[in-house]
This record gives sequence, C-alpha cells and structure tokens, in this order.
Amino acid sequence: MIKHFLNLEWKQYFRSSYWQKNMALNILLVFFALYFVALFLGAGFFLLPALKKLYPEQDPFVVANSFMFFWIIGDLLMRFFLQKLPVMSVKPLLTLPIKRSTVVNFVLGKSALSFFNFLPLFAIIPFSIMLILDDYTTAMVLTWMFTMIILVLIINFLNFIIEAFSAETELSVLPLLVVVGALYALDFFGLVSFRTLLGDALIGVANNPIFILIPIAILGACYWFNAKLLRSKLFLDSSLKTKVTEVKAADLSWTKRFGDIAPFMQLDLKLIWRNKRTKSMLPLVLLFLFYGLIFYPQETYQNMPFFYAFVGIFVTGIFLINFGQFIPAWDSSYYKMLMSQNIKYEQYLRSKFMLMIMSVVILFVLTIPYVYFGWKILLAHFAAAIYNIGVNSHVILFGGSFNRKKIDLDKKAAFNYQGTGAVQWIIGFPLMILPMAIFGISNWLIGFEAACAILAILGLAGIVFHKKLMKAITQRYLDSKYKMIDAFSQDS
Amino acid sequence: MIHTKDLSKLYNGTTVLNVEELNIPKGQSFGLVGNNGAGKTTYFSLLLDLIKPSTGNITNNNVVVDESEAWKPFTSSFIDESFLIGYLTPEEYFYFIGDLRGQNKADVDALTSKFEDFFNGEIIGKKKYLRDLSKGNQKKAGIVAALIGNPEVIILDEPFANLDPTTQIRLKQILKNLAEKQGVTVLVSSHDLMHVTDVCERIVVLEKGNVIKDLETNPATLKELEAHFASGAMVSQEEE
Repeated sequence: MIKHFLNLEWKQYFRSSYWQKNMALNILLVFFALYFVALFLGAGFFLLPALKKLYPEQDPFVVANSFMFFWIIGDLLMRFFLQKLPVMSVKPLLTLPIKRSTVVNFVLGKSALSFFNFLPLFAIIPFSIMLILDDYTTAMVLTWMFTMIILVLIINFLNFIIEAFSAETELSVLPLLVVVGALYALDFFGLVSFRTLLGDALIGVANNPIFILIPIAILGACYWFNAKLLRSKLFLDSSLKTKVTEVKAADLSWTKRFGDIAPFMQLDLKLIWRNKRTKSMLPLVLLFLFYGLIFYPQETYQNMPFFYAFVGIFVTGIFLINFGQFIPAWDSSYYKMLMSQNIKYEQYLRSKFMLMIMSVVILFVLTIPYVYFGWKILLAHFAAAIYNIGVNSHVILFGGSFNRKKIDLDKKAAFNYQGTGAVQWIIGFPLMILPMAIFGISNWLIGFEAACAILAILGLAGIVFHKKLMKAITQRYLDSKYKMIDAFSQDS
Repeated sequence: MIHTKDLSKLYNGTTVLNVEELNIPKGQSFGLVGNNGAGKTTYFSLLLDLIKPSTGNITNNNVVVDESEAWKPFTSSFIDESFLIGYLTPEEYFYFIGDLRGQNKADVDALTSKFEDFFNGEIIGKKKYLRDLSKGNQKKAGIVAALIGNPEVIILDEPFANLDPTTQIRLKQILKNLAEKQGVTVLVSSHDLMHVTDVCERIVVLEKGNVIKDLETNPATLKELEAHFASGAMVSQEEE
C-alpha cells in the first residue's frame, strides 16, 4: 500500500505544471537548503570550542543543554510559518479498500521525513562527535543524541497539533503565540525555569539511558493525538459537508469614488474577506507591525541605519508582498470568465495596484508611533513606503505575469491548514534586499538623509512613470494570456 | 454573424478541431453535438479567444476574435462552473457581471426578476455563497448571468447537464424565446439529442474535430441523429 502512495506522491510532484515551470524557484530552494545545512554543520562543529571559550568555568555540555529551551521555541515558531503537513488528496482514496489508519500513518510518516527534521541532525551529530572526541563517555553522548532526535520529532508533531488548532480559530497565529508566549514568559519571569528544567532533564536522560522512555512516550502521545485529529477529518462528510456560511455583506459603496475600477476593487475586498486563505493573512500583517520593536529598543541597531530601511520596507510592504505575489492567481479559478468578459485588463490590474498602495499608506500611518525611537526612523520608513508604492508595487505586478500556479480558494483540502509555505517568503526577499542594499550603500557612501532621498526618488520615479509602466505590464499580461488560462485550468 | 474560416487547433501535432467553413447567421439557434473529444468545447473556447487557433480564425460580427477584443461587449457565455466566482452571492455575481457590461443594479434586478420561475426560489435572497450552492443551482446562476446586458451572441456549453427536469424544460423555453423573439444568436452544445433538436433550428455534428453533418431541424432530425450515433455504437461493437 505504501508503495502505491509513494508512487502517487511522486507523480503528483513531478507532473504538476508548477514544478516543471518553476525550475528557477526549485533551484533557489535547494540553494537555501544547502546554505542552512552548511550553517548547521558549522554550528555543530564549532559549538563546543565556542562554548569553552565563552563559559570557561562551566561544563560546555551543561551550557548547551540549558539553551535547548530557546531552540525548541525558535524551532516551533519557524516550523509554524514554514512547514505544512503534507497534503494528500484523500477523497479518491476513501471509497477504495484502504484502511483509514494506513492513510493517516502514511501522511504522518511522510511528515517525519521533512527537511526540517533532518536539518537539526546536521548540528546534533557533529556536536556529538566533538563531545566524544573531547573525552565525554560515548554511551552518554549517544543517548543524548537519540534523545535529541526524538525531541526533533516531538517538535515536528507538536507543530501539527498547534496548526490544527490554529486552523479552527479566526486569528490563526493566536494559539501559537499563546503557547510560545506563555512558555517564554514563565521562564523569563523566573516562575518556572524551563531553561534549567529542560537542561537538567536532558542531562538526566543522558546519564540514565532508561529515562529515554519518557521522551519516547511523549513522542508516542503526540503521534497518537495527531492520528486522532486526522482520522476525524478523514470522513467524506467533513470534506463534502457544505458548511453554509451566512453572508455578511459589508457596504462597499465607498469604492465608487475610484470610478471604473470600483467593481474590481469590491471584488478584491470580498476576495480577501471571504476566503480563509486570504483572511489568515490579515492578522499576520498587523502582527508584523510590531516587527520594529525587536530591533529599535536595542542599542546595537541604533547605529545600523540600514536596518531602518529594511524594517520600513518590510512593515509597510508586508501586505503588498503577500497579496501581490499571487496576482493574478487569486482570480485563477474564474480566470476564463474574466478573460471572456467585457473588461479592460488595465482596469483589472489598476484595482490590484490601488489596493496595494492603500495598504502601504495605511501601514505607514500605523508605523508613525515608531517616531518614539527617533525621527530618523520615521524618515526612513517614509522613504521606504514611497519606494514600496513606486517600485515594489510595479515589480510585483510585473512578476505576477509569470504566475502559473492555480490557487483553489474554494477547496478545503483535508490537511491543508494554511496554504502558505517557504516559497512564499523566498519570493519576497529580492523586494526587500534590493532597497536595503541601495539604502545601506548610499548611507555608507554619502549619508543618512541622502540615502532616504535616494529611496524616495526611486519611488517617486516609479509614481511619475506609473502610466507607462502599467502599459508595459498590461502588455505582458496580454501576451501571456493563453498560457495563463491554460495553467489556471489545470489542477495543481 | 459568426464566420469560421479554415479553423484548426492542434495539440502536439494532433488535430482536435478542423473546420473549413461554418457560418452562423444572426438570430439562429445553433446546436453542436458530438461524442466526447469531438471538439465542441474546443470550438467554443476558440470562439471566446481562450485558446489560440493553430490556423484560420473566427469572425464574430466582423471582429476577428483573436485579434481584437471588440467582440466582448456583445458576446456572453457560460462554459462551466469556473465561470462563477465562488465567494460571491448570486446577486453580487449578477451585479458584478452587470457592472462589467454597463448595467446598473436596477437593470440587473429587472432582468433577474424575469427568471424567478427558472430559479425556483433557490437562488435569489438566500444569503448563500455561490460555492455553497449545488451544481444545478450554480448552473442556473451562471446561465442567467450570461443573459445580462442584452448580448447578441450567447454561448452555452452543456447547459442542460446537472439540471433537474423542470428546469431543463424552462431553459428550453428561455433559449427558444431568445432566438425567435429577440434575434439573439444562441450557441448550445449538448449530449442530449432530444433537447438540442427541441431548441435549435440547426444542428451540426462534430466527430474527431470535423463537421460531418449540418442539419436544418425538422421532425425527422431526432431520428436521423439517433441513427447516426447508434451506428457508431454498432460499428465499434462489430469491431470488437
């Protein structure tokens, strides 16, 4: 049975039009993967000497274990945004003579083979080797190593449990924040010192191999709970059930002032508000408003002005990047209809453009309180906002014409909790790195005000040439019309 | 109204449609029949410029469809459920299409109110999203949306499929009425020979992309069509 599943997975992956048309993106992903592998390998080999140097009077093994708590928290956070439970189209399988538990076990088993689980091994194994070379008892180190591997798997399954619960609430990131925040707060205020608790526990297990049964039991419990969750979703009625939602119609007549693009703007706003996938994006946008608080209160970043530009681009452009990169795929399920309708392509695109601009303006206004940390920050954010309006908006619209992946808004794939993955974040990088580089270099060569001016001028240039740029972009879309229709009418 | 000249469509060297000439005059109700893979949907997709012809072209009211977009204001269509926007209610969808076709809310309301019978009380005022409607009701909404804005050409792919018997009969009346009284050119494809012969003045049979029959509908047409498709079944039986 597993053989059949693997065969199906293989075909699904390599026969999807997405894979074949996005080699560049795949190469980029592999590149990133290799980068992280190298990073972890380096950490694994140099952690021991580094710890010895930093904490000369403490046992480096104990110090390393005391940091494990932060690693778990960080890993959980990262996985929540980047790792998704592997999706499997189960509907065709339900009527075939396959046991439900087989499907569940396959999906969960597959998730254990995720890259995110292998990555820590690149640090854990070299670190263990270094420990053994450093005259720690081999048996103890090996026990520790296996405990760590089990711990990685526990995090893996714990993440899916969190995701399952977060999918049920409106604010999808809330459960994670509650869990992580509570753990961190308890530790931070010294109520329960998870740091030492976990560190002692790990050392305890390493010294008494019999205790390894405890993490194994926890892993078993996590797996069992996941299996239970999935099994309950594996019935036809839960995927077929027409969850009839009462329509909440908002008054969108204010869009009328935008003239001929009003119908499209109304459509886009409804698109965002009425689909789970787009709606889950909104709390994230608001959450990232506080991104600057990580950097600005710290002295170190006060002297690194290029960080202002980065935060500015990121915070004011988060909606632009998240929404913009899926233009026109948001409309992919009815793209044929739009193309046969009496519409002007330019109006259609301009509506998306206006929406992104509005988001940048609103987000900029919301970031004004950052002026508390200095007027320079406000100035840099303002320049970044103009850059987003003038340059990034056009770039992302242009990039959209290369979009060939259908988004199925209606479908509630059985195991698809959120629909955002690592790829989404990678696409956003050039949009943020480039202005940051421009800003950083001109800040270094000329000065802070000049750097702000350069970013703003680039943005203004984009605004001045808006009509011309839109014309070129529209032409691009028209040229790839047939290809897009074809790609959007294919499933996955 | 619609002239097809030397039209062909190839996919990887395989011809899926090859029509030398086909003229559909204004106000004609035109039916397209054929087995799966005969090229019906391909022809409609070419007519709507959703795919590019390999050779030749289609002219819709003197507009070459793959060169200009001027055919869009007077042409409307419903090919399949992918023409619907799932997260809108039927009313919102009608208003959206109305907006695109220069009709205000009152115009759209006036039109949809004429189809209360057809909707059978399951579409308007239900506060449901289109994605939550049944296949049949989705189809009803899509067909009526194709009638918004006084189009001169209406293209419907398999309009009878998924509809209940009562609605099928009502749809036949609507389509007949459009062609006979309002001079609208109606293009319909179907697998149901009885329905097409009821509705259409003219029926064209496609087979493997070629036009093999072009019939004016008369009382004997249904028999002729049945005989034609039955003979295909007989031949394949003998071959086995």
